[in-house]
Amino acid sequence: MTVPSAHQRKCDLSFTINGMQKTVRVYPMERLLDVLRHELNLTGAKEGCGEGECGSCSALMNGEVVNSCLIPALQASGAEITTIEGLAGESQLSPLQAAFLECGGAQCGICTPGMILSARHLLNKNPSPTTDDIREGLSGNLCRCTGYAQIVEAVAQAARRRSRE
Amino acid sequence: MTEEHIIGKSVPRKEGRDKVTGAARYIDDMTLPGMLYGATVRSQIPRGIIKKISFDPQFDWSEFVIVTAKDIPGKNCIALIGDDQPCLADGKVNHPEEPILLLAHADPHLLRKAVDAVSIEYDALPAIFTMEESEQLSQIIWGSDNTFKSFLISKGDVDSVWSKADYIVEGEYTTGAQEQLYIENNGVIAAFDPEQGITVWGSLQCPYYVHKALMALCALKEDKVRVVQMETGGAFGGKEDYPSIIAGHAALLAMKSRLPVKIIYDRTEDMTATTKRHPSRTRHRTAVNKDGKILGGEIDFTIDGGAYATLSSVVLSRGTIHAGGPYYWPNIRIRGKAVATNMPPHGAFRGFGAPQSLFAMERHMDRIAQTVGLSPIEVRRRNFLHPGQTTTTEQTIREEIDLGKLLDRALGLSDYCAKKKRFAQENQTASIKKGIGLATFLHGAGFTGSGERYLASVVGAEGCADGTVRILVSSTEFGQGTNTVLCQIAAEALNLPYDDVHIAQPDTNQVPNSGPTVASRTAMVVGNLVRSAALGIKQTLIADGTLSDKYSPEEFRAACKNHIAKHGKLLSIARYDPPPGVFWDDEKYRGEAYATFAWAVYVAEVAVDLSTYIATVKDFVALQEVGRVLHPILAKGQIIGGVAQGIGFALYEKVVWQNGRMQNGQMTNYIMPTSADLPEIRVFFEELGNVHGAYGAKGIGELPMDGPAPAIVNAIEDALGARFDSIPLLPEDIFETLSADGVR
Repeated sequence: MTVPSAHQRKCDLSFTINGMQKTVRVYPMERLLDVLRHELNLTGAKEGCGEGECGSCSALMNGEVVNSCLIPALQASGAEITTIEGLAGESQLSPLQAAFLECGGAQCGICTPGMILSARHLLNKNPSPTTDDIREGLSGNLCRCTGYAQIVEAVAQAARRRSRE
Repeated sequence: MTEEHIIGKSVPRKEGRDKVTGAARYIDDMTLPGMLYGATVRSQIPRGIIKKISFDPQFDWSEFVIVTAKDIPGKNCIALIGDDQPCLADGKVNHPEEPILLLAHADPHLLRKAVDAVSIEYDALPAIFTMEESEQLSQIIWGSDNTFKSFLISKGDVDSVWSKADYIVEGEYTTGAQEQLYIENNGVIAAFDPEQGITVWGSLQCPYYVHKALMALCALKEDKVRVVQMETGGAFGGKEDYPSIIAGHAALLAMKSRLPVKIIYDRTEDMTATTKRHPSRTRHRTAVNKDGKILGGEIDFTIDGGAYATLSSVVLSRGTIHAGGPYYWPNIRIRGKAVATNMPPHGAFRGFGAPQSLFAMERHMDRIAQTVGLSPIEVRRRNFLHPGQTTTTEQTIREEIDLGKLLDRALGLSDYCAKKKRFAQENQTASIKKGIGLATFLHGAGFTGSGERYLASVVGAEGCADGTVRILVSSTEFGQGTNTVLCQIAAEALNLPYDDVHIAQPDTNQVPNSGPTVASRTAMVVGNLVRSAALGIKQTLIADGTLSDKYSPEEFRAACKNHIAKHGKLLSIARYDPPPGVFWDDEKYRGEAYATFAWAVYVAEVAVDLSTYIATVKDFVALQEVGRVLHPILAKGQIIGGVAQGIGFALYEKVVWQNGRMQNGQMTNYIMPTSADLPEIRVFFEELGNVHGAYGAKGIGELPMDGPAPAIVNAIEDALGARFDSIPLLPEDIFETLSADGVR
């Protein structure tokens, strides 16, 4: 964890989060994960390891998937950020969320937000991935419950549905 | 009985929507007004006397809440089975990372620095780190002989078999510690109010374990302790007993400060300080005749319990009872022993001793096959338990299990025989050696022996004012599907739509004690009680004339509302009633060890690259008989997830110890399988049913942890022709063995 020291001063950070323009007061070296969770109350991003290994803090930043525990807040200045909270509509789940629910892709649920964001990133880059593409594309997100198979199935199903839409 | 309408269907996970939208609330997502953060100052040495605790004068310590053992209002112990584990070390430490002192502050960053600013001086004492050192008694670190518990199972006359044997087959097998590695670290929040007492919210498996521990620690009465389970991000046994410790710490800080206190471990603290799977050593000596039939044998099963007794006796019990596998032993003597070392206590992890002793048994069966000159298939087939025969504890198998048939099906599904032949041929020239191996095994469902009778679980179901039904249990959801399956069972019993049944958040102020969520008991034991409690509601409504025998969901809802309007509430309670004629002798370890067993045959195909020594699982067939499958997607998810952990146990996950402390307490250097590392895990079920379980269910959660490691290591031996008897088996271990054997 980065410890903001006394000589650091808080500064304004502006970015677009889930389509909304926001400005928050942060320490420049504060982790994006803490800004999301504490300043914006977007607690869907989870801290699993704090060192970029588990991927449960994944967020999309300018279209790329990042470990928000490794991003200093200031680096997110002006960026466009999507978290799990930005995926679902008012009453409807996104195709990926619906597929995770249907296929058993979420068990304990702690890796799920990060996993879904990584899957979203994968499908944005590769709309019809093979099973191997999915397994490779999600290999930065650890899941201890599922053994991944039902997650892979969910992503494949969402891809199929998107291609039909 | 009408045809089942919800059992056997993959209805949506109850809390699934919240999980996929990020709305689910885990402990770290919760804050309370005025909340402080808590942290733990831990022992830096494995064993010694605490001489002095000093505080860096550069800090203003008046800002901090400081708690030591002296601040404990009740008894300084974590009440579980024995009372030997202190909540905070008082004068001496017995393992690295043992909690000594607690700090709380509103600023978590400052708190972290403060932990480093507390220094502790010790008079170090000699410490022991292995089972062998513990057995040699060079240092007595626990009790009079470093032994937490020992068991002896004895059947027939083992001493008479050796002279009749054509072969005596011996082997020693070891398994390493394994970290549960739930992705959500341990965490709790505690709040104290002099009137209401202590409330703890946390990531945990067993609310009533925490409840019991807090009563003793805080000297509070039953109704002054409240424990609430938050959404829990994985547990696997790792949140069975440890949450009592962290809850105790947060409670002590909250009582002293009169403010809510949150303690969330970071990954390294969680990995180095909390429990892991017990390391084990199993010695087999087996008398076999020339046909490959087991005449009898001796098994010595030893586990390393760490510095305090915690759950070791129970882990040992399950491991000892499972040590003989799914085979018929006319004569056997099994000695189980849990010994003390100066390591952090080892604890519960899916399988609970069985994966350790079954690894040994299934490796040993391949050893027996080689010695006798039979195939691994044939030697197993000739020794399988059949209905009417007795297990090592002399429990008669009453269900119609046909292990030979199960084996045949698994061999067909995996194309075992053709592959074995083909690999043997190809391996002569290939640099990537392939192999195929199998494991046949069983897993007892529910608590061992008289466990369920002692637990005497209670379950409630209540009609709600809106006409829906709410299940009241302390059984927790941490991914396995507790919420979903228990709601399915109640909906089935009442012939209601799934959406008309919901389940209360586990909160000891709201729900009765339905026992801990462990031992693959929830669907089977608690499920059956949920069914009874649900039927109780129906009976009440029929008895008071508000509902007829046959009803629609609308009629049920109306009757429910009417009853509540008239009587205020509609509550039905069910208590566990032991099935008649079940006999278990705790002294002799004889009798009905489990109400039922799940049975399985797993087949693993591996490839070992001789340029990197990396072993990869290429195909995996998991075939099991689990009674009735209540929810196909959840059941499949349990099996695949368990097999993945089993693959990790066998090939990836190595805890590196130094002076009793885990050195690789990070996800960077303690490696679990990723999505790119795992093969397709092919899952198949046989469904015999089970008279003891709800709608025929048996326990399922732990079973898949037992088989993968031996199947994989048997496959590696098949590929390389070298003997491997220890896991984890990492590339460097394979390299070392091959170099020593001169095999290339």
